Amino acid sequence: MSSGTADPDVAAYALRLGDDALVLGQRLCEWAARSPQLEEDVALLNLALDLLGQARSLLTRAGELAGPDEDGRVRTEDDLAFLRHEREFTNALLVEVDNGDFGQTMARQLLFSAWQVPLWTALCASNDEGIAGVAGKAVKEVTYHLDHACTWVVRLGDGTEQSHRRMQAGLDEVWPYAFELFAPDPLVERLVGRGVAADPAVMEPQWRATVEQVLGEARLAVPETSWRPSGGRSGQHLTSFGYLLAELQHLHRAHPGASW
Amino acid sequence: MSEGAFTAAGGHGAVPTTGVPSGEGAPARPRAQPLWEVFVRSARGLSHTHVGSLHAPDAHLALRNARDLYTRRQEGVSIWVVPAAEVVASSPDEKDAFFDPAGDKPYRHPTFYSVPDGLTHL
Repeated sequence: MSSGTADPDVAAYALRLGDDALVLGQRLCEWAARSPQLEEDVALLNLALDLLGQARSLLTRAGELAGPDEDGRVRTEDDLAFLRHEREFTNALLVEVDNGDFGQTMARQLLFSAWQVPLWTALCASNDEGIAGVAGKAVKEVTYHLDHACTWVVRLGDGTEQSHRRMQAGLDEVWPYAFELFAPDPLVERLVGRGVAADPAVMEPQWRATVEQVLGEARLAVPETSWRPSGGRSGQHLTSFGYLLAELQHLHRAHPGASW
Repeated sequence: MSEGAFTAAGGHGAVPTTGVPSGEGAPARPRAQPLWEVFVRSARGLSHTHVGSLHAPDAHLALRNARDLYTRRQEGVSIWVVPAAEVVASSPDEKDAFFDPAGDKPYRHPTFYSVPDGLTHL
């Protein structure tokens, strides 16, 4: 991958997308050995592994484009994943929301994957070669993630009385967090103008069409709340995020440079 | 052990499904999900090969579970899932009648003639 010259805007954008993937991957890992069935355990960790792969490429790209830090070093994927503090992470709040029960995890996955599909589809044509490179591979991965989430949301939503109730409760819990993904933002506006970023105004109707079709099939109600929490993109995270980072970063901080 | 049902589900041999303690007050959960046999084609032009089995409530999820369990390392380009209950198998009791008669007929193997050097597309 070419290093290119420093470009703080593109670096910040790659970092956001990388943080989204890293944090959701970490959340999904919490299901390891706790899934409802063995097959699903493997499936969830497959999703997590796809997301980790996206995160690695994106954080590497973010480090290259951010340019050298004050010590003259270009920050690596490991520096960015393991040595940043809570306020330096720019992932959307949706990906850090607690797993809750399996229904809530699938609701979160549906809302996020239904965004990632149009995102990576659009970014295949990004003017940043690093981001476009990730997109070509990621679009196939997230298409499967969406398929997986739809399968379970429909199955549980249109299942038994209990599965329907819990699926709706999980959806209600994560729903408000989805809208930060489309919130107007000067950085994204500049990058849409440069042909680097995907346009949220184009993606939101696509996202809504996908999600509402699935919810209809699942006999789930579209939540009516107008509460729109945000702040993740500027480093203001939920209470539980600190615990997530502690688990993610503990080993690297305790044993700097440890590797397989 | 005479009363109660047994199952060979999941390849664990005969295991009882009733009368097994499963936590205080909690009723034993039935294994309602049927078993599926999984076949994977590793490349175009090759045949589907049996790779294992899994549990799933229906064909849709069986196919997806098979994708996640058996093709994670690029093992395949196509998957079949077949309900295990639909597989008709020969009985071990019939082994002698089925297979032994072929044992003394080595002339059925193509080993009784020599292939000329340089012959390729045989």
